[in-house]
Amino acid sequence: MKYIEEFRNGKLARGLAEAIAGEVRDGRRYHLMEFCGGHTHAISRYGLADLLPPRVRMIHGPGCPVCVLPVGRIDQAIRLALEHEVTLCSYGDCLRVPASHGLSLQKARAQGADVRMVYAITDALELARQNPDKQVAFLAIGFETTTPPTAVAIRQAEALGLANFFVLCNHVLTPAAMRAILDNPAGVQLDGFVGPAHVSTVIGSRPYEPFANVYGKPVVIAGFEPLDVLQAILMLVRQINAGRAEVENEFTRAVTPEGNRKAQALMNEVFALRDAFEWRGLGTLPHSALKVRPEYAAFDAEARFGLGYVPVPDNKACECGAILRGEKRPQECRIFGTACTPERPVGSCMVSAEGACAAHYQYGRFKDVARHASQGGER
Amino acid sequence: MKLDLLHGRVEMAHGSGGRAMANLIEGLFAKALGNAYLAQGDDGAVLPPPSGRLVMSTDSHVVSPLFFPGGDIGSLAVHGTVNDVAVMGAKPLYLSAAFILEEGLPLADLLRIVESMARAAADAGVLIVTGDTKVVEKGKGDGVFITTTGVGVLREGLELSGNRAGPGDVVLLSGSIGEHGMAILSRREGLNFDSPIVSDSAPLNGLVEAMLDTGAELRALRDPTRGGLATTLNELAKQSGVGMRIEEAAVPVEPVVVAACEFLGLDPFYIANEGKLVALCAPQDADRLLAAMRAQPLGKKAAIIGEVVEDRHGFVQMTTRLGGRRILDWLSGEPLPRIC
Repeated sequence: MKYIEEFRNGKLARGLAEAIAGEVRDGRRYHLMEFCGGHTHAISRYGLADLLPPRVRMIHGPGCPVCVLPVGRIDQAIRLALEHEVTLCSYGDCLRVPASHGLSLQKARAQGADVRMVYAITDALELARQNPDKQVAFLAIGFETTTPPTAVAIRQAEALGLANFFVLCNHVLTPAAMRAILDNPAGVQLDGFVGPAHVSTVIGSRPYEPFANVYGKPVVIAGFEPLDVLQAILMLVRQINAGRAEVENEFTRAVTPEGNRKAQALMNEVFALRDAFEWRGLGTLPHSALKVRPEYAAFDAEARFGLGYVPVPDNKACECGAILRGEKRPQECRIFGTACTPERPVGSCMVSAEGACAAHYQYGRFKDVARHASQGGER
Repeated sequence: MKLDLLHGRVEMAHGSGGRAMANLIEGLFAKALGNAYLAQGDDGAVLPPPSGRLVMSTDSHVVSPLFFPGGDIGSLAVHGTVNDVAVMGAKPLYLSAAFILEEGLPLADLLRIVESMARAAADAGVLIVTGDTKVVEKGKGDGVFITTTGVGVLREGLELSGNRAGPGDVVLLSGSIGEHGMAILSRREGLNFDSPIVSDSAPLNGLVEAMLDTGAELRALRDPTRGGLATTLNELAKQSGVGMRIEEAAVPVEPVVVAACEFLGLDPFYIANEGKLVALCAPQDADRLLAAMRAQPLGKKAAIIGEVVEDRHGFVQMTTRLGGRRILDWLSGEPLPRIC
């Protein structure tokens, strides 16, 4: 079982945990942000927080594709399906994100919209190919990991001469989100980042260099397996102790400094930078997302159906914004586990498996029982 | 008119109550499933008086694809209900089978399914004593749906229920998890991937009998089907108002299942099983029970996976392979692959 069991070995994990405990210095704390929801998930699923000394605190970052999508973008997808009668294909997680007017894509489906869950954009492309009488759109979300497949699908659609396949492009950029976190003067105090795994296979390690050189924050790129995360934490603690701020790569089995040049070229060919894009929690960030280039406008759902963007504020009680910025922990949200649960999510962080709230609810909430006991339990 | 079992297809007439239906029943169902009770040919089966308290359970089976590695909807429909009766501590005796057929289903497929049911019933030592057939228009079914109802006789004095677990009780599992669900997924349209995973679909009544014969003080048995092991453990904890502590390293999972789950971003603890059971038993009898389970072909990989603890929140906690702690929560929604 190469590449799975080796990276989940309990003995090695305890060894790494001891090494971290040995490095941690009295009188200082280590505030480390794991950018990716994949890391958040691994930390929760394997109970890694229990292996770390109390001085090391992991702060969940905004790297959850479904979580950072603001309400206005889900509204666009719903309008596309309900008003333009387009067959809307989406990853499963997006279907349950609450949108305006008490709707979600799932509820729009119940109202008659043709909304389909797909595992990959290729499924949507195939649906369009097999149903020339249907207009099929894919709700494209995600960081640089999912962007190259969207580019490939658009090129394939062009090669096939499809006139009924569209992409509602919401692809966002990782470095922009990291910058936004660090630029926020009232933001969370950070000593370093556990850098993205799959994103970095595409963009490489270079784009993180400004965070080390300019902001003075160490970045250690790490795989999504539990030993990867522990090793990265050890490397971060060592950098912090030595007063170093460098980009280091723990995930050498998949990430190079340059990244995947072919994928980058594809992205550049099909997508261009947006001037600005609204993120949930992080606000409107300049040059932080991608749009379909005019050369491929025939496949751009936003252009083809004239979908204007209307920003919509989050539910007032929901703390997703502060949680995505790392300023609050899921259990610090008043509605966590009470009004907001995976069955009836109020915010996107409770919807996606990569969301910080869903991860804490699913794996870690037993640690909050003392706090919740007075509220009569969670379920 | 003779049934064309090679090239024929299910037609609306096969469900209309006329001659075509009689042909289908005689030429296909009765032939494959034949026994004295079915041969009575009446509206119901007349059965001898039972020797104890009866357990009755019913289960509808809808599965896509109809045929999968390790079984098909026919064998599954027998195992599913036999197992529900067996984990109540009863000896399953009789099944009914109701078929909803979709117009256009190849008769050859139906025959294959019904013959598979016959073999599964014979293996499990139960008789299919009554049945029903309906046909729905093309597009209104998924080939075939099968509902089976089972009747069994409970052992004298035996009381098994999910509400009987108490702190200190031991949690046992009869074998490796996730095989049925992953075998199905590996053959599902749109997700087809090459994998050697075979469904664990099997009748558990033999294993249960061997377990009961030990005289171990059992609290409850349950088969972790839909929702997987995690969901079953949570159901039991909730029913008894207790918590559990599970050791991840003690739960057997085949490497191919781990790999396939990894590939799809799924967790084997939430994947369906069709030939496994969870047992809760008094601590002093756990080792004896485990030995008896391991002596059975379906219990070779049985393991003690944890214990029941007091917890008014009903959390099923798990110590991970890495030594950390987490909840093994209820399944919420559909298990979905990771995006990023």
